[in-house]
Amino acid sequence: MSEPLLSVENLHVRFATRGGEVHAVRGVSLHLAAGETLGVVGESGSGKSVTAYAITHLLDRAGRIAEGRILFAGRDITRAGRHELRELRGAAISMVFQNPRAALNPIRRVGEQIGDALRAHTGLTRRAARERALELLEAVRIRDAAARLDAYPHELSGGMCQRVMIAMAIACAPRLLIADEPTTGLDVTTQKTVMDLLSGLIAERGMAMMLITHDLGLAAQYCRRVAVMEQGRVVEEGPTAALFRAPRHPYTRRLVAASPTRHSTVADLVGEAPAPAAPPPAPRRGQGPLLEVQGLRRSFGRVLAVDDVSFRLAPGESLGLVGESGSGKTTLSRMICRLLDASAGRILFDGEDIGAIPASRFHRAPQRRDIQIVFQDPNDSLNPRFTAFQAIAHPLRRLEGMGEGPALRARVEAAARRCGLPLDLLARFPHQLSGGQKARVGIARAIATRPRLLVLDEPTAALDVSVQAVVLKLLDDLRRQDGMAYLFVSHDLNVVRMMCERTIVLRLGRIEEEGPSDALFAAPRSAYARELLDAIPHFAPERREATA
Amino acid sequence: MSEARAQGPLRRAARRVGIRLLSALPALFGVLVFTFILMRVLPGDPAVFFAAGAAGGQAEIEMVRQQMGLDRPLPEQLLRYLWDVARGELGMSMTTGQPVRTDLLERLPASLELTFAALLLALGLALPLGVLAALRPGSPVDHLVRFLCTLGVCVPTFVSGLLLVYVFYYLLAWAPDPTGRLDVFAATPPGITGFLLVDFALVRDWEGWRAAAAQIVLPASTMALFVLAPLARMTRASMLAVLGSEFIRTARSLGLSGRRVVLVYALRNALIPVLTISGIVFSTMLGANVLVEKVFSWPGVASYALDALLASDYAPVQGFVLLMAAIFVAVNLLVDLLYGVADPRASVA
Repeated sequence: MSEPLLSVENLHVRFATRGGEVHAVRGVSLHLAAGETLGVVGESGSGKSVTAYAITHLLDRAGRIAEGRILFAGRDITRAGRHELRELRGAAISMVFQNPRAALNPIRRVGEQIGDALRAHTGLTRRAARERALELLEAVRIRDAAARLDAYPHELSGGMCQRVMIAMAIACAPRLLIADEPTTGLDVTTQKTVMDLLSGLIAERGMAMMLITHDLGLAAQYCRRVAVMEQGRVVEEGPTAALFRAPRHPYTRRLVAASPTRHSTVADLVGEAPAPAAPPPAPRRGQGPLLEVQGLRRSFGRVLAVDDVSFRLAPGESLGLVGESGSGKTTLSRMICRLLDASAGRILFDGEDIGAIPASRFHRAPQRRDIQIVFQDPNDSLNPRFTAFQAIAHPLRRLEGMGEGPALRARVEAAARRCGLPLDLLARFPHQLSGGQKARVGIARAIATRPRLLVLDEPTAALDVSVQAVVLKLLDDLRRQDGMAYLFVSHDLNVVRMMCERTIVLRLGRIEEEGPSDALFAAPRSAYARELLDAIPHFAPERREATA
Repeated sequence: MSEARAQGPLRRAARRVGIRLLSALPALFGVLVFTFILMRVLPGDPAVFFAAGAAGGQAEIEMVRQQMGLDRPLPEQLLRYLWDVARGELGMSMTTGQPVRTDLLERLPASLELTFAALLLALGLALPLGVLAALRPGSPVDHLVRFLCTLGVCVPTFVSGLLLVYVFYYLLAWAPDPTGRLDVFAATPPGITGFLLVDFALVRDWEGWRAAAAQIVLPASTMALFVLAPLARMTRASMLAVLGSEFIRTARSLGLSGRRVVLVYALRNALIPVLTISGIVFSTMLGANVLVEKVFSWPGVASYALDALLASDYAPVQGFVLLMAAIFVAVNLLVDLLYGVADPRASVA
C-alpha cells in the first residue's frame, strides 16, 4: 500500500443551529487506499453521514468544517473552491444516496439524467451521451435497458432507481465511491442484488468504496475494513472479521450484541433474562381462536393486494407476518385492525365477524379497545400537539369514556411505567422526546386500554439497533406478562423469528409458507422463504454457536 | 405498438378534458341562477331608469317594463333567460343598445390582451426575482425583493396607475396619452383576432404595433406590479423547497455546473406550483382589473360590466359574470393540462 487515496485527518464539523452550535464530528481520522472497501457503521447521530458529506462538500448551509484536513490522492481538498469541486465531484469522487427515488430528478428521464452526469465531465454530444447511458444501464443490469432510458423515476421500482443512481455515480469512472445507506428502505432481496452489483462493479473497475450504514451485517459482508463511529468519533477500526469477532471498545460490543442474528434471542440483545411469564391466559369463551381470518381479499383497482388469506391466532399467541414490499402484509394488517375494509372474506374476533363492521365506524365498536395498533414511524404517528400524557390518555378518553381526574392519571401512569417511560417525560411534546422514548409512548398508548390483540406494524423499523433491542425486549416482556396476542408485521426476518412463535411468509398477497418460527427459519420449505433468508447479510460472531 | 402507446395518453387527455368540461356545467348553471337572482334583489328598477328618466310618466314605465318582460313572475323570467342563454343569446344591453354578446365579444380581446401582457410582464419580473431571492435567502437581494413585493401589494392599482401616468406621461413624456388602446388618430388594424398587437404583427404594420405597445405598457405595468407579489413569493418558496431536496444534492454530487443545477434541475421543478398560481392570478386579474381599465379608459369587459351595474342594466352584468365563470373554467383546465405536461407524475394519478 502506497499513499492512501483518501485521508481524513482530525476532522471537526460544526453546525450552526437555533439552539447554538452543534459539534457533529469531533476529530475523525480515516484512511482509504485505492481499491479498498471501508465500512463506516454507527447509529443515528454518530456523524457518519456528516463525515461523508464533508468530504464532498455537500454539507448544508449551516455546516462547516471547523478543523482538520481532507486529502484526496495527495491533494488537500479541505478548502477546495467551486471550480475544483466541480471537477472532483462525479469524476473523482461520487456518491450513492439513501432513498433512491427522491435522489433522482422526478421530472427528467433517467437517460437524460445519466447523460447530464456524463456531459458534466466529458465533451460528449447528446447522442453519444445517450449511447453511453444505455451501456451504463446495461452495466447495472437493468432489464430492457433501451426502453428504460426514457422512463421517469416514478415509473421504476426503488431497486431500479438505485441502479440508475449507481450508473450515474460510476459514469465518469471515479476512483472513490461513497455510498450513504444505499439500501435502506429496499427489500432484503433487492438489497442483496444492489449490493452484489455495487461491490462487483467496484472490484471490476478498481474503485475504492466507503459504505456508510447502520447495518453491521451489510458492512461485514461487503467491506474489508470497518470503522465504528459514536457521537462524532471513530471508536474502533480494523479488519472486518477481527473487529466483529473480538470487539474491543464497549460501544462496539454493545452494538454487536444488539444486532439481531440468525441465532440470537431477545434476551441476548440486551443481555437480560426475559420477564417471567404470567400463567397462560384463561380461555375466555370456549377454546376458539382469538382471531380467525377466512378467505380475506382486498383489491385496489385491478390490483389484488391481498388474495385469499386465511389463518388463526390463539389468545396470547404471537404471529409474525413477513414479506417484501407489495406482499400485502401492511394491507392485511390494516384490514385486521379495521382501518381498511376488505373486499371479501371474514375476520372473526372472539367468534364475532368484525369484518362486517365498516372501518369508518369501527372506532365505536366495543372491539376497538381489544384491538390496538403500534405504528411504524414513532414520529409521524404521534400528534405533535399532544403531550405524551395526552397521547396515552387519548384512547382511554375516547374508548373508555374516562374524564379528567386521578383515575385517568393513574391509568396513564401505569401504562407509561409498564413501558419504561419515566413519568417526568409525560408532560413533554413528541419533538422533545428521543426516538426510543417516542416508540415507548406509542406502545403505552396502544396498551393503555388493555387490548387482547396488538397489531404491530414494523414497530422498530425506524429505530437504531440498540434502541430496537430495548423496545423488542419491552414488547416481549409485555406479551408474556399480559397474555396479549401479537400480530407482528415486519420485513426484518430475524426480528420476527425472535418475537413470534409462528410465522407467515406472504408473497404477492398470498401465503407462501406458514409454520412455527424455529422450524421455518431453520429449514424453509418454500424456495421463496429460502431466498429471503439467504439474502439477509450477517456478520455471525461465532460466540453464539460456542455457547449454544 | 408504439403508435398505440402514443395515442393512449392523447386519448386519455381528451377524455379528461371532456369530463372536466361536463363537470363544470352545474357550476356554470349555479352562477347563472345566482347572478340572475342577485340582480333582481339589488335595488334599482331598470324600467324607471330607461323610461326617459324621471320625466317619463307611469304609462311609459309600464310599457318599458312590458317590453323587457319585467312584469312577468320571476320563475318565468328565469326560464326565459335560461332558454336564451342555451341558444347563445345573452340579451340586449339597454345602455349601448346592442346585443350583449356583440358588446362582450368586441371588448373581450381588449381585456384579454391587457391581462396577458400584464401576466407576461409580471412573470418576466417575478421569476428572476424569486430565483435570486431563493438562491441567497436572507441577503440584501432577498430583502429588496420582499420590499418590492410588499410595495406592489400595498399600493392600490388606481394609485400606482395614476402615479405611473404622472411620472411617465406628465413628467417624462415617455408614454403616449394614456387613454384607450390606440391613439384616436391612428389607423386601426383589420380585426383579425381583436388583439391589436397580434393583428398589427400579422399585417406587418410595425409602426402601428409600436403605437399599440406604447399604449399598453402603462396599464399592463400597473397590473403586473399588483400581482408581482404572489408570483415572486411563490417562486421563491418553491425554489427554496426544491433547492433543499435530495435530487439537487445528487446533481451537485455529480459535478453538474451551478447554472445547470439551478436552471434545469431546480427551476423546472419549482415552476410547477408557480404554474398553478399563474392560472389563479390570470383569472383574478381579468375580472379585477376594472380599476385599471377605468384609469386608462381601456375599453375592456370589466369597465363595461361596471357601467351596466350602475345603470341597473341586467343583461350585460349577467353576461359578464357568465363569461368570467367560463373563462375561469377554461383557464383552470388549461393549467391542469399544462401541469400534466410539466410533471410526468401527474398524468399517472
